[in-house]
Amino acid sequence: MNLDFSQIVPYIPFMLEGVWVTLQFVIIAIIFGFILGSLISLVKISRFTLLKWLADFYTSIFRGTPLILQLLLIYYAVPQLTGYDISPFLSAILTFGLNSSAYVSEIIRAGIQAVDKGQREAAEALGIPYRPMMIKIILPQAMKNILPALMNEFITLTKESALVSVISYLDLMRRAQVVSSDIYRSFEPLIFVGLLYYAMVMVLTLIGKYVERRMRASD
Amino acid sequence: MINVEKLHKSFGDTEVLHDINTSIERGEVVTIIGPSGSGKSTFLRCLNLLEQPTSGRVFVNDEDITNPNVNILNIRQQIGMVFQHFHLFPHMNVLENLTYAPMTVKGESKAEAKRKAEQLLAKVGLSEKLEAFPNSLSGGQKQRVAIARALAMEPNLMLFDEPTSALDPEMVKEVLDVIKDLAHSGMTMAVVTHEMGFAKEVADRIIFMDEGRIVEESDPKPFFEKPNTERAQSFLEKVL
Repeated sequence: MNLDFSQIVPYIPFMLEGVWVTLQFVIIAIIFGFILGSLISLVKISRFTLLKWLADFYTSIFRGTPLILQLLLIYYAVPQLTGYDISPFLSAILTFGLNSSAYVSEIIRAGIQAVDKGQREAAEALGIPYRPMMIKIILPQAMKNILPALMNEFITLTKESALVSVISYLDLMRRAQVVSSDIYRSFEPLIFVGLLYYAMVMVLTLIGKYVERRMRASD
Repeated sequence: MINVEKLHKSFGDTEVLHDINTSIERGEVVTIIGPSGSGKSTFLRCLNLLEQPTSGRVFVNDEDITNPNVNILNIRQQIGMVFQHFHLFPHMNVLENLTYAPMTVKGESKAEAKRKAEQLLAKVGLSEKLEAFPNSLSGGQKQRVAIARALAMEPNLMLFDEPTSALDPEMVKEVLDVIKDLAHSGMTMAVVTHEMGFAKEVADRIIFMDEGRIVEESDPKPFFEKPNTERAQSFLEKVL
């Protein structure tokens, strides 16, 4: 068996640095996607038919085409169409943020609409206006549905982030490829970064479980 | 207090309320009975615009609430509603359930709202449940809290939408007793119910509905002894 993990030892700091590089744009993309997704979900539960239609169209576009296609479109099409030389970092944030916002908006919309219709009627019957009703009565209950699904979305985004290696952004995945072309071995560096991805996802999973437990405690 | 004129309501092609004309006087207790699907609940829900009438007019204290310019939130503050399935706010304890709307909508101070909530809970016999969360209460207790929550807004009119239909049989009485007390205190009430004994005992007037129409409207005594319409006769034969 031809296995030699000692060969990747000099490259370990280089690959570990990739964790931080990946986390950097993943965190920004998650925040960007969450804010935009929340706004889109508000449109989706509103009464503005045209805006609702636009929001649904937006969602269907980002859910209906491959993520890698979206990434390449933004990375190559933006310079070609606008002359602005977009960096891999910015393309990654933009693609993952926009893509994630489509999923987040669906998660929040579904979470809000899953709250028992009677809650809204009870609030309306008491004369409580829309805004305090949403913030103090509907959203706290919707959170129970939203948070677990949101954690799943963040985990997915963390794993899918490896796609940015195709636009030569030096993230964790790309670094494994760089190392393997340096030492002419693929297996060892890939296993190594695979473990790092797994560790990141495990941390997110644990946070998710903790949040879910806290939510259930209030029942 | 309430005047209903030529009220119609359709869901799609199905007409659920057909030409309803009636009124409720101040201090009057009206019970609305009839078979399932006769439009009783929909009628009740048109009185505070939880359902928007398709046509016709509903006056509350001489104000036409079907007029789009009316501030419906103001009207709803004067009308308490109790639902079949309680709809307490599960993430708030009993005290918060009772004080949230008076504080948010009427700007009552916390101390004032709390004092009133304590009085109301004593009235419905649940003083010891102030800090409890809805999930820890029985159905009958939940419904009594829901009644107290509606009363905390100090309404002029109370609507009850089958308040005992979701309860275990042994809990029906505790809820009906609270509603009876309220009726005797002079509150104006409209009660949709399947409890005929209760209707007979507390109602000033019975409205009998079938297939979206008011079929018969009369004093409880003659109604239960000898209803005028065949439809009401056959209904009473089945339920009594």
